[in-house]
Amino acid sequence: MTDSPPPELSPQRSFQGLILTLQTYWAEQGCLILQPYDMEMGAGTFHPATTLRALGPRPWKAAYVQPSRRPKDGRYGENPNRLQHYYQFQVILKPSPDDIQALYLKSLAKIGIDQKTHDIRFVEDDWESPTLGAWGLGWECWCDGMEISQFTYFQQVAGFECAPVSGELTYGLERLAMYVQGVENVFDLNFNGRAGAEKVTYGDVFLQAEEEYSRYNFEAADTEMLFRHFKDAEEECKRLLKIGEKDKRHEMALPAYDQCIKASHIFNLLDARGVISVTERQSYILRVRELAKGCGAAWLKTTGGGAAALKA
Amino acid sequence: MPDLLLELYSEEIPARMQAVAQENLKKLVTDMLVDAGLAYEGAKAFSSPRRLALAVHGLPLRQPDLREEKKGPRVGAPDGAIQGFLKSAGLKSISEAKVQEDKKGDFYVAVVERKGRPAVEVIAAIVPEVVRGFPWPKSMRWGAGSLTWVRPLSSIVCTFGPETEEPEVVPFEVGGIASGDVTHGHPVMAPSPIKVRRLDDYLQKLEKAKVVADRERRKASILTDAKNLTLAQGLELVDDEGLLEEVAGLVEWPVVLLGEFDKSYLDLPPEVIRATIRNNQKCFVLRDAKTGKLANKFVLVSNLEAKDGGAAIKAGNARVIRARLADAKFFWEQDRKIKLERREKKLADIVFHELLGTQAERVKRIARLAKEFAPIANANPIDAERAAKLAKADLVTEMVGEFPELQGLMGKYYALGEKFDSDIANAIEEHYKPQGPSDRVPTAPVSISVALADKIDTLVAFWAIGEKPTGSKDPYALRRAALGVVRIVLENRLRLPLLSQTISIHFAWVDDSIKRVQLAQAIEQERKGGGRTEITHVPLPIAATDSRQYDLLNFFADRLKVHLREQGARHDLVDAVFALPGQDDLLMIVRRVEALGKFLDTDDGKNLLVGYRRAANILRDEEKKDKKSHAGDPDAKLLKEPQEKALADAIGKTEKEVAAALKQEDFEAAMSAISKLRAPVDSFFDKVTVNADDPKLRENRLKLLDRIRAATRTVADFSKIGG
Repeated sequence: MTDSPPPELSPQRSFQGLILTLQTYWAEQGCLILQPYDMEMGAGTFHPATTLRALGPRPWKAAYVQPSRRPKDGRYGENPNRLQHYYQFQVILKPSPDDIQALYLKSLAKIGIDQKTHDIRFVEDDWESPTLGAWGLGWECWCDGMEISQFTYFQQVAGFECAPVSGELTYGLERLAMYVQGVENVFDLNFNGRAGAEKVTYGDVFLQAEEEYSRYNFEAADTEMLFRHFKDAEEECKRLLKIGEKDKRHEMALPAYDQCIKASHIFNLLDARGVISVTERQSYILRVRELAKGCGAAWLKTTGGGAAALKA
Repeated sequence: MPDLLLELYSEEIPARMQAVAQENLKKLVTDMLVDAGLAYEGAKAFSSPRRLALAVHGLPLRQPDLREEKKGPRVGAPDGAIQGFLKSAGLKSISEAKVQEDKKGDFYVAVVERKGRPAVEVIAAIVPEVVRGFPWPKSMRWGAGSLTWVRPLSSIVCTFGPETEEPEVVPFEVGGIASGDVTHGHPVMAPSPIKVRRLDDYLQKLEKAKVVADRERRKASILTDAKNLTLAQGLELVDDEGLLEEVAGLVEWPVVLLGEFDKSYLDLPPEVIRATIRNNQKCFVLRDAKTGKLANKFVLVSNLEAKDGGAAIKAGNARVIRARLADAKFFWEQDRKIKLERREKKLADIVFHELLGTQAERVKRIARLAKEFAPIANANPIDAERAAKLAKADLVTEMVGEFPELQGLMGKYYALGEKFDSDIANAIEEHYKPQGPSDRVPTAPVSISVALADKIDTLVAFWAIGEKPTGSKDPYALRRAALGVVRIVLENRLRLPLLSQTISIHFAWVDDSIKRVQLAQAIEQERKGGGRTEITHVPLPIAATDSRQYDLLNFFADRLKVHLREQGARHDLVDAVFALPGQDDLLMIVRRVEALGKFLDTDDGKNLLVGYRRAANILRDEEKKDKKSHAGDPDAKLLKEPQEKALADAIGKTEKEVAAALKQEDFEAAMSAISKLRAPVDSFFDKVTVNADDPKLRENRLKLLDRIRAATRTVADFSKIGG
């Protein structure tokens, strides 16, 4: 028997308790617990621990929290459900184990969702990321009619077939926390699980950020500069892809991929500023996808991507 | 007779695919059984979120024995051919083959006698093949395997045996999964594995384990439970077959619960409430049985007999519905802050089709056409144009962005909110109609004008870029659009000439849109490339009816034929009328077809058709022989017999009468005029010999026959009439 956590860290009482519980659970299932990637990205899938590790033959099991930025979803902190910055808890299991659904359901039980009381459903939801050149089949997982997770079997990433197939679980942490805490407004979430003067809410931590970033995303971001940065990131990525290639191996797949992540986020910012027309939108998406494809190809030529080591 | 039980147990199959998959499984397996010589008495398929199952009843224990003769190469053929033959026929040496003779010489024949194999063996080969080639709309791999299925396949039950005995497991393996006799019930309420033998105990044991495998039974139980739950409260379910089918595909053990939302949301349009609750939450809305108005209640179908009686499930669903309705209310309020007319700018940002330009461009074209069509429908042209200009504005509202199926309807609500005339508001909703063969056709003049304009613009536009439907591919629903035009025209009895100048000009307008798009693209290219290209805007061509318009007319003709055939009319009569020159008016064509049909039902009609055919046949044969046509007026002086004189007179008179009737568009009268030809034609053939010895007489009589043919052609091309 392990010591039970102090009550303020119960997943039903605190946002951080929810995260800690999920981390502990997935660590027990043999996952590496990684830390967030240190770049701005739209979803946990962009983390190289998912995108790149999903490619190639090597097994991989990891879980991590990833801050996700969706500039367009900002609502100046006025909407109880929408945020331009939120957290995803991401689990990647490669190859996807036969009991992956059971593992997922158990994780729900750990955070207080008892399946004898709550109706858990797997509702068709196919996933596609045009910018990553990736797609998979899976479900959105419903708890009493609310979507609490995404469940995907990756079929293709960066334009390459995934073999073996990775299973990806993404928990929307704020939503899940709202559900288990019984809170209607995300800013009312109890962050630290304490009461009275010691209580810190999600709003205490993030409301100001939502207001400020909404202003930045929608009104203030310097679009000329962003267009320039997009081009810079794109060129740098291509340059690294080119010069990193050595004797059928690649020596700079990861730095190149960073530039791809950067280009993708800058595109999202430009999109939020409303300066990308409908016709241009598609071409920007294609440009990022080209980068992602190049990075995927480069990754497959690295040790992490399963390429055979060069003979000395 | 033995039975087969097959179950493919997997992770959750998308609801929309289950019903089709169950029938595919049945068809694929039974077809292959029959092909293998295993006839069966009956088969039934089942499906639920986690399983596809099939029971085949009354199979034989073994295949019948087969004797087959296999024809081989010629005697003396090259060794390669002989070896190939031996291999394919399963012979050891060529001496085992017989030699037979045909026209070309001697050749080898192998007599292959195949003992029928046990059914178990055959099934063990068939099922893996079906699994591997199963036609899922989308399938996937999982883990480290290479098998594909709609979602990971976990286990397979496959048993075979007579009713009276313990059935055996049909042994096979596919994608690393070995067949067996163990399945699973409800994952939460009955998690233990279940050993099954055959269909009866399979269904029973599953039911005990909280799984109803039969989707029709699940549907029925949802409806019954919902009724019991709502009746006492004076409520009734708003029928929704599509949702019922979907929900039956989301649960294995339906538990129906009644939830509630705040009454204040009932201020929203009922369609919005329904779309919110149905699309996002897969719940049914309810109405007051007395007033027929939506109630602030909903029916949800869960997959669990919950410990707390469903309190948490109801509360959870109600919470989500509340949040969704709050969103909808927000959209409703936001949308009404921006007038429809001011949304035009945004439409310019939406590409309708990459070759055809933006929605704004399209709206302009539709508005022009609606104004042109207004007189046809007896509408005020200004109103028709205004309605058309607003018709697509709701596409850029938040509500339609969220619920695309509310397009048109939201436009109507917003227009009414802005105090537009109800004629205009209704036209915004109704211009999309009819959506299918059973949808209502608009009847209000303004609605008709815009509905016709919208559809004809779409057809002309796609004809202009050569994107016509082919085979089963019709991505822009052009057949539906043309059928819509046909129904609007016929049901409202409208005159819409399809070869008219209005439509020719519309082709030119679309061409202009296309050129604008090309121009914009060239400018963009130029900007990017930093170079300069000389671009001159090509002026509008003068609109003339060109081949595209005739081609489009033929497309309408086909749609009309399909439509009339579905209504029981003879499509050969449609052909007979279409073969006449200048037929571009759907209503007139149909009226002509109707009159023709009635006429051909009379004795006069039938006999005249016989007479016509006789004339046409003789003419065909003689013209072939003479290698020349016998058209032209007969010489009155050469008319010898009284019957031929009478016929010539009758033709002259009839033609005048028919022409007069046609001028009045009185097709019945035209037919009755033509029917007067029957008697003179009959007596002509009775008494007069066409192939007279005197070549002049013969020539003249052939000309008379040609006049019969010509006279009938004033009402229809009788040569196209069948039967």
